[in-house]
Amino acid sequence: MELWYNLVDLLPFEWAEPGRMLFMKNALLAIILLAPIFGTLGTMIVNNQMAFFSDALGHGAFTGIVIGGLAGFLQPMWSAVAFSLVFSVGISVVHHKTRMSSDTIIGVFSSFAVAAGIFLATLGGKSFAKLNSYLVGSILSITPSEIGIIAVILVLVLIYWYFFFNRLLFASINPVLARSRGVRTFWLETLFSMAIAVLVTVSMSWIGLLVINSFLVLPAAAARNLARNQRQYHLIAVAISLFSGVSGLIASYYTETASGATIVLITAVIFLLTLLARRRSA
Amino acid sequence: MNHHGINVTRACEGPNCGLCCTRIENLGVTIGSDTILSDVNLHVHCGELTAIIGPNGAGKSTLLKAILGEVRHTGSLKFLRSSGVRKERPIIGYVPQHLNLDATSPTSVLDLYAVCCSKSPAWLRIPDKVRHKAKECLSRAQADHLLDKRLGALSGGELQRVLVALALEPVPELLLLDEPVSGIDQNGLEMFYNLLSDIRKDYDLSIIMVSHDLDLVARHADRLVLLNRTVLASGTPREVMASESFRKIFAGMS
Repeated sequence: MELWYNLVDLLPFEWAEPGRMLFMKNALLAIILLAPIFGTLGTMIVNNQMAFFSDALGHGAFTGIVIGGLAGFLQPMWSAVAFSLVFSVGISVVHHKTRMSSDTIIGVFSSFAVAAGIFLATLGGKSFAKLNSYLVGSILSITPSEIGIIAVILVLVLIYWYFFFNRLLFASINPVLARSRGVRTFWLETLFSMAIAVLVTVSMSWIGLLVINSFLVLPAAAARNLARNQRQYHLIAVAISLFSGVSGLIASYYTETASGATIVLITAVIFLLTLLARRRSA
Repeated sequence: MNHHGINVTRACEGPNCGLCCTRIENLGVTIGSDTILSDVNLHVHCGELTAIIGPNGAGKSTLLKAILGEVRHTGSLKFLRSSGVRKERPIIGYVPQHLNLDATSPTSVLDLYAVCCSKSPAWLRIPDKVRHKAKECLSRAQADHLLDKRLGALSGGELQRVLVALALEPVPELLLLDEPVSGIDQNGLEMFYNLLSDIRKDYDLSIIMVSHDLDLVARHADRLVLLNRTVLASGTPREVMASESFRKIFAGMS
């Protein structure tokens, strides 16, 4: 961390002066590590038209946190991870077995999760207010050990992506063709859902349930307007994710707004710009 | 030995021919309470293009899916070697009717090759070796110039050729094609059928194709199977097109 602080001290911002505002410097490092994770996994969310699905996973994670809090765990995050893993596998299995339209099934699961979460949180006349922090999120509260967790997740995601990306994309392009070549699409897609579930759950308290899905969907959606192959797609998505993450965090310091929402606003503007750029070139 | 028999014997001595004959016996597919196929019997020989024709909802695509193992079926599906010994599942090449891509998808033909036929992750730089192989593979279907095009920017005929090229790597023993109902112009179709004729001769493999163009099928297929929930007629195109069932189903269409 010392090395990082020394590095940031070189930046020409008032909060970057040596020894000051360590929380801001922690948040900056966290965003730099989080951005590639969201940018990368988001590409497949958009390929597979899973935006609604990843949104539902956030709701599942929220319920998990409420349950964890009720059960008296010190770290409700781990019970939330467990719950949202079960939740994501549940959606996949029900979808696979019933052949019902996936947005209907996701809608049902999602509404159930949110209702159950609110019901349990307010049971016995308790106030909901203490859960507000999960809705809006605060990256400024991040600790160095949590940044360590993000770094580990980033490495795991890159390894996962190296070995599984081709099969995921293949299954997304044509599942029957992929299966005819030995790709086990059901397990592959379930594993991907689980990866998204873990990511969304772990980062919810920093980014906020209300905007976390935009972190996944927007950079990839914007990159799609410009990219012509998968390399460009990933590169642009990660670049947009990094740029809006860093600039949004710094902007939120001066506007004194929630950083998650500020970052999403910047990404949304970038999306609009890329949309215009595409219209012009088409 | 009649002409047909001689043909089959010669075909099975070919270098690529691990598979001699695909024998479908009493095959039936029921989904829920809906019987889609019943009592389907077919022999498909290598070196032959067998075209499956029939009205909409006849179960043509379902038959391909049953052979692929995608849908559960009754009856038996046997793959026999030239010696008559039963073979385990052969290498099956499959050309789907369409891809699940929206037109803006940032997936190039090279990306599709990489995910289909290589271990090199498509999101990283693709090594020149893989690129070279992709080009070689696509050239079998005269599609190598499409390497860097986006899949969404290809015409129906171009996409079809790319998919055929991919289905030939590795060279399959049985090639299944589900021809799109529309989206390919007449010129592209003609080219496509010529390509299939060449493949059949060059690689000596069995081709089963669901087809919608009776005119082209009559000229290029070795065998025709008229399917409507079961096999109504099968034989040479001339035989099948002269049959009573054919006239009933396609009356007024040609």
